[in-house]
Amino acid sequence: MANFELNDDNVVVIIGTGAGGGVLANELAQKGISVVSLEAGGRHLPDDFINDEWDSFGQLAWTDARTTSGDWRVATDFSGLPTWLVKSVGGATQHWAGASLRFQEHEWKTRTVYGQVDGATLLDWPIDATEMDSWYTKAEDKLDVTRTGDRPGLPGNNNYLIFEKGAKALGYKDVHTGRMAINSDDKRDRLMCQQTGFCFQGCKWGAKWSAGYVDIPQGEATGNLEVRTHSHVARILHNAAGKVTGVEYFDKDGNLQMQKARVVCVAGNSIESPRLLLNSASNMFPNGLANSSDQVGRNYMRHMTGSVYAAFEKPVKMWRGTTMAGIIQDESRHDPSRGFVGGYEMETLALGLPFMAAFLDPGAWGREFTTALDAYENMAGMWLVGEDMPQTDNRVTLNTDVTDQFGLPTPNVHFSDHENDILMRNHAYKQGQAVYEAVGATRTFPTPPYPSTHNLGTNRMSDNPEEGVVNKWGQTHDIENLFVSDGSQFTTGAAENPTLTIVALAIRQADHLAREMSAGDL
Amino acid sequence: MINQCKHKEMTRRQLLSRATVAGASFVVGAGFIAAPNGLWALEVNALEPATFATLVQMARDIYPHDKVGDAFYVIAVKGYDTAENAPTIIAGITDLDNRSQTQKGAKYLDIGWERDRVDILRSMENNSFFQMIRGGLVTGLYNQKSVWPIFGYEGSSYEFGGYIDRGFNDINWL
Repeated sequence: MANFELNDDNVVVIIGTGAGGGVLANELAQKGISVVSLEAGGRHLPDDFINDEWDSFGQLAWTDARTTSGDWRVATDFSGLPTWLVKSVGGATQHWAGASLRFQEHEWKTRTVYGQVDGATLLDWPIDATEMDSWYTKAEDKLDVTRTGDRPGLPGNNNYLIFEKGAKALGYKDVHTGRMAINSDDKRDRLMCQQTGFCFQGCKWGAKWSAGYVDIPQGEATGNLEVRTHSHVARILHNAAGKVTGVEYFDKDGNLQMQKARVVCVAGNSIESPRLLLNSASNMFPNGLANSSDQVGRNYMRHMTGSVYAAFEKPVKMWRGTTMAGIIQDESRHDPSRGFVGGYEMETLALGLPFMAAFLDPGAWGREFTTALDAYENMAGMWLVGEDMPQTDNRVTLNTDVTDQFGLPTPNVHFSDHENDILMRNHAYKQGQAVYEAVGATRTFPTPPYPSTHNLGTNRMSDNPEEGVVNKWGQTHDIENLFVSDGSQFTTGAAENPTLTIVALAIRQADHLAREMSAGDL
Repeated sequence: MINQCKHKEMTRRQLLSRATVAGASFVVGAGFIAAPNGLWALEVNALEPATFATLVQMARDIYPHDKVGDAFYVIAVKGYDTAENAPTIIAGITDLDNRSQTQKGAKYLDIGWERDRVDILRSMENNSFFQMIRGGLVTGLYNQKSVWPIFGYEGSSYEFGGYIDRGFNDINWL
């Protein structure tokens, strides 16, 4: 394991160790580049994970002070918890379900394909499916994604078997146990899935890929990567020439340190990354770093989400086995005849009793609610995830009235649904309920969105410096040695779970950075 | 001593009212409440037994599960029985009883039908006391490991090797 000096200005500093930052750190380290990764959380390995929803939440969740506004229900029900994210080495890849889907070709070019949508800031990505194909393949190989390469699909659990039968009864064709970063056989470096459940709480077998126990240790083994845990970055520093020179961070003892850097890559997720850029405002950059476009923090996307749970006459025990055990992809197409642009995926999901009580219908009480929980053992469940519209006023801003444990202004997360999001959600609820009714559901529950796990778009990518924060490499338009390496780069959100795309972009960015550094351009 | 006498008086009143009206969920003793069948007992510290009993009934009426015994609701709210929390609870339960008297002509515990008690709760569901109790129950009740089997939930599975050989795909009625 490497150990770099604070005044070593030859290192690449990466802020965050999740799907973006963790992968980037490993990829750069493999190429011989010196990397210091600063991670706000601690290190949690599979042995440390807890098969208990609230205890695990206490162990892993990012619960620093945040505020919310807008008309989304999360702002009412979970006003201080807009997201369900992770503070740990590995970031949200500790918690994610493992769904690893490529964008569909048209989803790289939504402004062109969907046309003008009132109130939405749709924009084409400056990259496309052809360019991303090989990077996606590398990402699938890294994550051992099932149903790609030679990797078989996972077996279906009870929750999936109901879902599949209902889907087929409705005439859906594209139904299977998913493309998952969860090992389905014993031929890989990691163990195979033991159908334990608790995928969201960290996989105790390590069968699910996480940057925390796969990429980070691989990077450390090269001797080129130093990970500093419990290190919360407060500010990115720059010189009079407008290049970044290092970062200030609070170390594990709460002391402010300064690490010099040749290049800084921000990968703190779509809430913390724009917050950090905004909190790094200076005389030279009064609106925050890389924000000449005024786009930092804007176009916050969280996917159109919702869930459908259904009660049956007999037991299902949906919590047994893989949490996200299967997918229906028939509705993911762009088909405006349904009354909205873009599409959505339907993916099985299970919550344990404690989280079902918290999330089925937040704030509800009385027998309408409790008779639903009485049927818990007989419930099946699915999550609905679709493309939401980027909107300029859905944004992360600094709340200077509320500060965190370090005295830093907190992020306020403002979100309101676009009409297209609402139309899509209603369609998805109807189809999800129909799936379960087709196999005899006695009652269905169109469940509202949870705090966001898919947070996207707040440092969007565009070739045009007036429309976006970063270029096609994730390099900020304003500062040549400042990069963004997480889902906040997303120009638009697509319907798919974003991790595979974040990983593919990180592998591609590492390749670009190494090339530019060796050419002496960075 | 004065308090104990007061408790005893309340015991009798409470016994009477509970026995005749609400089905005798609680026997209230000197500083104690206990299940009539002796399955559980709790010593109250900062709260009057009647106040605590009303709080428990309120908890059940917010999240009523007929298969879940009072003991679980008692555990869910016993954290409020402290000197620090008592003033808030006493004020809240006093308000609840005042509403009960006004709306239904009886104390909350003396109202026989759940629907009538729920009417009263609906009239206060947006106030901070109700929301504190309701919000606390979401974890206080449903995160009790001992309540999970009543709902069929099996909890942690890693130590049993997951479900790969224990029925992850055992559905037999599809």
